[in-house]
Amino acid sequence: MTALIALFWRDLRRAWGSGALWLPVLFFLLVATAFPFAVGPDAPLLRRAGGGMVWVAALLAALLPIDRLVKPDKDAGVLDQLAVRGFADEVIAAVKIGAHAIGFGLPLMVALFPAAALLAQDSGRVEILATGIAIAVPALASLAVLSAALTANHKGGSAVGGLLILPLAVPMLIFGAGMLDPSGRGAVKLLAATSLLLTVIGPFAAGAALRGLRE
Amino acid sequence: MTRLLRLDDVACIRGDRLLFEGLSLALNRGDALWLRGPNGTGKSSLIRLAAGLLRPAAGTIERRERVALIDEAAALDAELPLRRALDFWARVDTVDGHSVDRAMDEMALNNLAEVPVSMLSTGQRKRAAMVRVIASGAPIWLLDEPANGMDDAAQARLVAAIARHRANGGAVLLASHFAIGVPNLAELDMGALA
Repeated sequence: MTALIALFWRDLRRAWGSGALWLPVLFFLLVATAFPFAVGPDAPLLRRAGGGMVWVAALLAALLPIDRLVKPDKDAGVLDQLAVRGFADEVIAAVKIGAHAIGFGLPLMVALFPAAALLAQDSGRVEILATGIAIAVPALASLAVLSAALTANHKGGSAVGGLLILPLAVPMLIFGAGMLDPSGRGAVKLLAATSLLLTVIGPFAAGAALRGLRE
Repeated sequence: MTRLLRLDDVACIRGDRLLFEGLSLALNRGDALWLRGPNGTGKSSLIRLAAGLLRPAAGTIERRERVALIDEAAALDAELPLRRALDFWARVDTVDGHSVDRAMDEMALNNLAEVPVSMLSTGQRKRAAMVRVIASGAPIWLLDEPANGMDDAAQARLVAAIARHRANGGAVLLASHFAIGVPNLAELDMGALA
């Protein structure tokens, strides 16, 4: 357990210590800032479309850190050293997913509030958005680590990773944005179920991908 | 005589190429075996098989104790000071800081403890990787080209560390394309197996 905690803190330190943390958060805020420029200062339109835009921005921001989740550890021999010590690839993947969910999810949640304000979202909608994104973050982290593991042997892996993540994340986008619809009361349950499914499958799929990197 | 590592009738295929087959060897406590031969004869692949990082195409591999590995990657976080980078592995191996202190002393790296790993030379990184191996306390050492980039003094420290490890009941499987002066060493010419 001590070893897994050490691995978790190492991943978190690398996420927060390198400055790479701010890249997806800034990207998220920039997208939220750019949207009103594109559609004009029409508050009712921004209020109506802004919630969906927040979700799209969150998904795109989740793609940015893919390059640094697995490839640096593979190139530096860290994954081999962990395997030699008998750590199951699934456990390593689960730790990486946990660290990424915290390392990426927390700042994203903080950035959500100014982004929602820029998109004219009232407090009720901000609350719904925050709940939805908090539910989706573990699944987004799971998909990000899976994509990172699948593409760690390829140049330009993040571009390929984006193509992998986006289709798998579409159900969360639909249910998450659906939570903002007054008639979409079941959306939160569907979002939670989708997120749970992806979060549970993620470590096994990413673990298999990590194992494949050694062959 | 306790057996630590045994390979029985092992075959290795990389890509479509058969590197070797029917290879059997055993390492007991105090043993050391030098895998020698030119590039591409399967020295590194044999080390990775022994470490469990590759699956043999045929045969069985049995490890009865923990393994420590050196290969071409130092597995140390480049942005950290050397000591902090080594402390991470000490926590993973659940050994105390004194083990790292002693190992750094053995490889004469104490004066570089606060230097970022990214600033170390190739030979210094190899010595740092040896510190990781020594501090781990693993009885089986798998060393793939551990002396690459090391100067004569560092090689002498490596040879001394291997001798101490064997004297303490450890075993060493060493792959190197040149002799590094380890005494009482069994040899396996990988080139002859191809």
